[in-house]
Amino acid sequence: MSDALLEIRGLKVVFDGFTALDGVDLTVGQGELRFLIGPNGAGKTTLIDVVTGLTRPAEGSVRFAGTELTGRREHRIVRLGIGRTFQTSVVFEELTVVENLDLAAGFRRPLPALLRQRRGMSDQVAAALDTIGLGDLADRPAGVLSHGQRQWLEIGMLVAQRPRLLLLDEPVAGMSGDERDRTGELLTEIARDHTVVVVEHDMEFLRRYASQVTVLHEGRVLVEGDVATVQDDPRVQEVYLGRGREEAA
Amino acid sequence: MSARLRGHAPFAAVAVLLLVVAPLALPAFRLDELAKYLCFAIAALGIGLAWGQGGMLTLGQGVFFGLGGYATAMYLKLHDAGGDLPDFMVWSGVEELPALWRPFGAAGFALAAVVAVPVAVVLGALVFRQRVRGAYFAILTQALAAAFVILLVGQQGLTGGTNGLTNFYDVFGRDPEAEGTQRTLYFVTAGVLGALYLGARQLVRSRFGRLLVAVRDGEDRVRFLGYNPATVKTVTFAVSAGMAGLAGALFVPVVGIISPSLLGVVPSLELVVAVAVGGRYALAGAVLGAIVMNYAKTSFSEQWAGGWLYLEGALFVLVMTLAPRGAAGLYEQARDALARRRGTPAPAARPREAAT
Repeated sequence: MSDALLEIRGLKVVFDGFTALDGVDLTVGQGELRFLIGPNGAGKTTLIDVVTGLTRPAEGSVRFAGTELTGRREHRIVRLGIGRTFQTSVVFEELTVVENLDLAAGFRRPLPALLRQRRGMSDQVAAALDTIGLGDLADRPAGVLSHGQRQWLEIGMLVAQRPRLLLLDEPVAGMSGDERDRTGELLTEIARDHTVVVVEHDMEFLRRYASQVTVLHEGRVLVEGDVATVQDDPRVQEVYLGRGREEAA
Repeated sequence: MSARLRGHAPFAAVAVLLLVVAPLALPAFRLDELAKYLCFAIAALGIGLAWGQGGMLTLGQGVFFGLGGYATAMYLKLHDAGGDLPDFMVWSGVEELPALWRPFGAAGFALAAVVAVPVAVVLGALVFRQRVRGAYFAILTQALAAAFVILLVGQQGLTGGTNGLTNFYDVFGRDPEAEGTQRTLYFVTAGVLGALYLGARQLVRSRFGRLLVAVRDGEDRVRFLGYNPATVKTVTFAVSAGMAGLAGALFVPVVGIISPSLLGVVPSLELVVAVAVGGRYALAGAVLGAIVMNYAKTSFSEQWAGGWLYLEGALFVLVMTLAPRGAAGLYEQARDALARRRGTPAPAARPREAAT
């Protein structure tokens, strides 16, 4: 593994007495594509929320490229180079696709520069638009996009931000088969030159696109390794199959 | 006609109407009233920006209107007194000029025009940083308007109390009652409104304007794009307050009085209602709403004093339930419907703010 970009140590998160994360250690190397899986309530999204400043941990540290992130406000963390998407995609419906991307690409602009009107497309925006393949819809309001297209636009906005670390929260949830394939390709393409962490529920998607996987269970890291190792691990099978038995009963 | 020219045509038409037709066609008394409406329109423009574009329902613009108005009035009073105490202070038994009044003697109108901005910056920074928004923000601003009036009424010797500040004998070296003075003030007000409208339109179309809409529609998401929504909102709120302050500063020489009853909860709400009726998402809707509603108020009150509030309330309810985007929204709907009947696709991709 190459140099560590994200280092999480002893992370503990408590919500009203419920321990959502209990001593999680996680290291993500520069350039890695890491999948984060686990049953419902395992703490996957909570982990992302802590990294991006949405949730404050009770204990532990989150270091990004050597900088401590806990206690920083959300937009500051973005400015350090971490971008994320949400389970329910939020794009700005009234703005056009290009305007959405331009906004995402622009946070480094000083306030006076923002007072100017946008003319055409910056290279960054054009590249992001090309990556997500929504060129035909560039000047349409994002409100007209389908669910899948919205997710891609969000991923495009993330790429346009030029972050060093991308955190995707269930990017294929609610997508059709074709849309999943497109998203998988998109993910592979982005992972070529970014460090990406993907939270995913979908095992089929995981088998096809994941290499390194971390399994969370009840707020702890259960297993870590490549897809084959993780799949063969009896503890993982128990967590998933055990649940399956309960549900069947 | 090119699209660019077409975009400027409505503005040019309104400018001709206000700068050429109105001064020729209206008697001096009515022109003076129109100047008053234009002052309200300037404040409404600020509300259109803060509420329509930024989603900040500010029910206390009267505070900023009042700050601008009182600052101008203090300057004019001190000028009239010529080194002595202003008349109302003598009647209230004040013996020395209060410290609060001192800066307004020298700096005068320049200070009056901008006094609202720092107040809004401090207030905005406190409130938006704490993520106060929606109804809580609206209630807070309304409470502020109520508190401001109580403060003004209570400080008789400092502010003239309920009577406010009036009886100006010299407005920038001219007789305020003279027709020429009123005509000049009308042109100044119309010019300021035009300039601010163009500035606001540019702001809306700029990247900042797009960001503002994004903050309105998804403040939490904007944080994860690396922007601080509190900054965006504070800047917009300050611009909006600055407009209200300037409106108040112009109102005083135009109308000749500033008093608590002109800037309390009800006048603040009336401004918001006018913006809603005109169409809060279009800046032009906000401006025209303020002019038309205030004209209607005057005309109606001449026939049936006291009836206006009922009509205004009913109109507000009707607009909110049937046409939440106001008159400007109706115009856009009609235009789109017409375009569809002609067989050309409606310009759906056009952000509605771009409409003039």
